[in-house]
Amino acid sequence: MPLPAEFAALEPHLGWDLATEPERYAKRLASSMQELQDFYEVAFPLLEDAIAYCDKFPIDELPEDARTLMHLMQSLVTVSFPVEVWKQARVPDSGAAMVHLLVEPVV
Amino acid sequence: MPHFAKPPAGSWTEQYPELGTGPVDYTDSIDPSYYEAEREAVFKKTWLNVGRVELLPKTGSYFTKELPVANTSLILVRGKDKVIRAFHNVCRHRGNKLVWNDYPQEEVKGTCRQFTCKYHAWRYDLEGQLTFVQQEEEFFDLDKNEYGLVGVRCEVWEGFIFVNLDPDAEPLTEYLGEMAKGLEGYPFHEMTEVYTYKAEIGSNWKLFIDAFAEFYHAPVLHQKQAVKEEADKLMGYGFEALHYQLFSPHSMISSWGGMAPPKDPSMVKPIERVLRSGLFGPWDRPDIEGLDTLPPGINPARHKSWGTDSFEFFPNFTLLFWAPGWYLTYHYWPTAVDKHIFEANLYFVPPKNARERLAQELAAVTFKEYALQDANTLEATQTMIAAKAVTEFPLCDQELLLRHLHKVVGDYVKENANAAAR
Repeated sequence: MPLPAEFAALEPHLGWDLATEPERYAKRLASSMQELQDFYEVAFPLLEDAIAYCDKFPIDELPEDARTLMHLMQSLVTVSFPVEVWKQARVPDSGAAMVHLLVEPVV
Repeated sequence: MPHFAKPPAGSWTEQYPELGTGPVDYTDSIDPSYYEAEREAVFKKTWLNVGRVELLPKTGSYFTKELPVANTSLILVRGKDKVIRAFHNVCRHRGNKLVWNDYPQEEVKGTCRQFTCKYHAWRYDLEGQLTFVQQEEEFFDLDKNEYGLVGVRCEVWEGFIFVNLDPDAEPLTEYLGEMAKGLEGYPFHEMTEVYTYKAEIGSNWKLFIDAFAEFYHAPVLHQKQAVKEEADKLMGYGFEALHYQLFSPHSMISSWGGMAPPKDPSMVKPIERVLRSGLFGPWDRPDIEGLDTLPPGINPARHKSWGTDSFEFFPNFTLLFWAPGWYLTYHYWPTAVDKHIFEANLYFVPPKNARERLAQELAAVTFKEYALQDANTLEATQTMIAAKAVTEFPLCDQELLLRHLHKVVGDYVKENANAAAR
């Protein structure tokens, strides 16, 4: 799988290698808290190292393994709220409300 | 006890005696006939922002803008002369919608050399001239010069494209007035990294402006977003703005927002500490010109605790600046008395590396979480206002902009009715 060797611990979580926010957000809503927690616990301690690895390249010319790593870290951002604060996948008090992201810079 | 000084009049609101201080009647947000009056008096008469010039980078770039509130759809296009023009999106032959893809109601964008109608292949150039008629000889004395696209007033301020359906409207910069003047020179053109959001909201359009034009709600509605100690502290403080100013029909609120970076890092989430970012944006200002000395309209009180300003351009365009060097826009497009489309755009300086990119990602993700809470609350408000058990609501001094908005809309509606009667 295309991950730099020093990030092999993330391999079980390559399902989070998602390029766009709608994909990452949908996966968060479809995951259990345990699944979010498991991913977070592996990914969060690697965040600084992942940034250092990706920052060896210009952001718009990332090699394939660094792109995958970036996508995983973007997914970490997406799951951080449920894990760090809410203890649920959806933001509290948001009911059936939907906000769709239409345009985003894709790494 | 106030944390920030009030003006000599005693309150922000009492500086503007025409607004009064009494309860406000919200029938204007549930009455279908009032909504019809708003469409005519407000949305067909005022300058409406439809996006930025970066959406139309070169000759032939175009996008369509659906304006159900004004019963029309527009084409925005950059011509061979580089000028941006707006046209009603209708073919002059028999009224087919000119530019659309599979679904006529969906907005589209792209680049083209000319517009060709799907129905009978009539063609228009980028300046709106009719250039080709299929089987032209079958028509009777058809002068192509008389059948160009129907233009709509279109003017640009600081890269923001505005349209006005009223051919007699005053020029854009006059309409935008002093408030806009005070923002000129902000480096909008440097902030081209864009995140665009859209939501269908089950409330009157004014209720969402109400929600974003006061921060009195912020420590309460959004308390579950923060770690507990921080949430308790914010709730204890409540909210007071640094400054308010009306430039009727427009208005602004200036606020603190001291979490960039926070004084006590334990008060923010772990991910925020690592990425140095959050709701208020990346804590580290981008390295561009134009942010060290802000235009005079931003942080008008020149307060050292300044964090964010919101400028409400009447009727439905909000421009919001954050101290760390990025901005947002909000648009509220009515579709019915109790429905509207909410659009938000986040604008950042393009990131140079992964660290900056992830800091922006965190700001964008956080924005969406807050917007979801705001959106959901609005539907609950709309339903209960519509129940009419209560019709008048007391607004506090921190809700000055709401009081002003409802008054101004009312004034436009009245003025339009009077003009029609004359």
